[in-house]
Amino acid sequence: MSDLRFTEDHEWLRAEADGSVTVGITAFAQDALGDVVFVQLPELQAYDKGAEAATVESVKAASGVYMPLNGEVVEVNPALDANPELVNEDPMGQGWFFRFIPSDAAAVGQLLDQDAYDRLIKANAEA
Amino acid sequence: MSTELLKTPLNALHRELGAKMVEFAGYDMPVQYPLGVMKEHLHTREQAGLFDVSHMGQILLTGPGAAKALETLVPVDIIDLPVGMQRYAMFTNETGGILDDLMVANLGNDQLMLVVNAACKNEDLAHLQKHIGSQCEIKPLFEERALLALQGPQAVTALARLAPAVAHMTFMQYTSTQIDGIDCFVSRSGYTGEDGYEISVPADQADALARRLLAEPEVAAIGLGARDSLRLEAGLCLYGHDMNTETTPIQASLLWAISKVRRADGARAGGFPGAEHVFAQHQSGAARKRVGLLPQERTPVREGAEIVDANDTIIGTVCSGGFGPTLGSPLAMGYVDAAFTALDTPVWAIVRGKKVPMRVTKMPFVAPRYFRG
Repeated sequence: MSDLRFTEDHEWLRAEADGSVTVGITAFAQDALGDVVFVQLPELQAYDKGAEAATVESVKAASGVYMPLNGEVVEVNPALDANPELVNEDPMGQGWFFRFIPSDAAAVGQLLDQDAYDRLIKANAEA
Repeated sequence: MSTELLKTPLNALHRELGAKMVEFAGYDMPVQYPLGVMKEHLHTREQAGLFDVSHMGQILLTGPGAAKALETLVPVDIIDLPVGMQRYAMFTNETGGILDDLMVANLGNDQLMLVVNAACKNEDLAHLQKHIGSQCEIKPLFEERALLALQGPQAVTALARLAPAVAHMTFMQYTSTQIDGIDCFVSRSGYTGEDGYEISVPADQADALARRLLAEPEVAAIGLGARDSLRLEAGLCLYGHDMNTETTPIQASLLWAISKVRRADGARAGGFPGAEHVFAQHQSGAARKRVGLLPQERTPVREGAEIVDANDTIIGTVCSGGFGPTLGSPLAMGYVDAAFTALDTPVWAIVRGKKVPMRVTKMPFVAPRYFRG
């Protein structure tokens, strides 16, 4: 079981053995977006934390996917070009968006853990 | 929360069905059900979808002068609209701009039933009362009646099981009939490009009728999300987006809806607000017009995106856009300068700072399947 981290923007992050971090959107996020029809993936370049690195388009609307930490994008998920619906079908797996090398590797551990994220979802649902 | 959203008679049913509710034109409406927009859209094109459109305004005009009076507000032949037929129309203002678009049905007995947009219904009612209130009786049925749409190639199969007579209706026919014992007004029409029906039902029986229709094996509940993608594929305008008070029927590419008899060379030419502006534009051509646009990449192009030419000069704006599940690609409508309205003209939309190539294309995007007998 990998150790997942989350942002308040409903992205998940998983630290990989090679020092990169994989990013996707959570099951909660894909459910809120609805059917995904297009994903504009980031360029292979450095982004600042909070920059709009990717855009996910559902049937109804476009939503930004923000860079969770300072870092450089080193890989994007090529499968999303032809099969954007993977974001709905397997958001935490085959529907991943990109991998990046964080400027500060320790910063990943300071993001929300599963419990904290679950509480955030619960609070959202009750709001 | 609770800013007093209006509710249709089907509100409890939507919630029971697990709909995602949103505010639309002041109403608490289902944008989608658990099936999701994509599958709801495809279900409607393949079988039959049930839509709650009770937020729209139904207005009954009564009196021997009603048709003649209504003609003073729309560029459409109402006087010769046969009993049992429905026609598309629009209210124009003094400059020929569109105040709203609507359906007009002749019920016979000097009665006309209008269906207007939810967001405009109070203004429309005031407009009618101000201009023709002395010539006929004007009765809003906003609380009294609900409106359901049953759309799709199997709508006829499902509805005819409960009301066999509807199978014999053709596109835009209108009748009064019982469905499962409930007195309804039924038209063979809709907003999806598919064959189907729109059903006006007493508000207190709408929930029972909707449940009865949903019990038919072909029928699924469909939300506003799929309603929008279906009408976009059908090339149909959404008021407030694809037309407004700043656009004339000529600019909105709705010349077809201006009855021949009301045109400049017709027997009852003009006589509606802004007629001289509309005729002048028809004669000399509008400076900008609504066209269909097909993005040449997978990127959806949304409402509000600027349209530019090869030299990056702004030549228009996207008024509706998104993804077409049946088309399997993005699609849009936009207003462009007259020089760019020819079919296959290459234009570009600016999406997140990048130029997305598009081609001007014919509409509808998906061939309509109205039942014309």
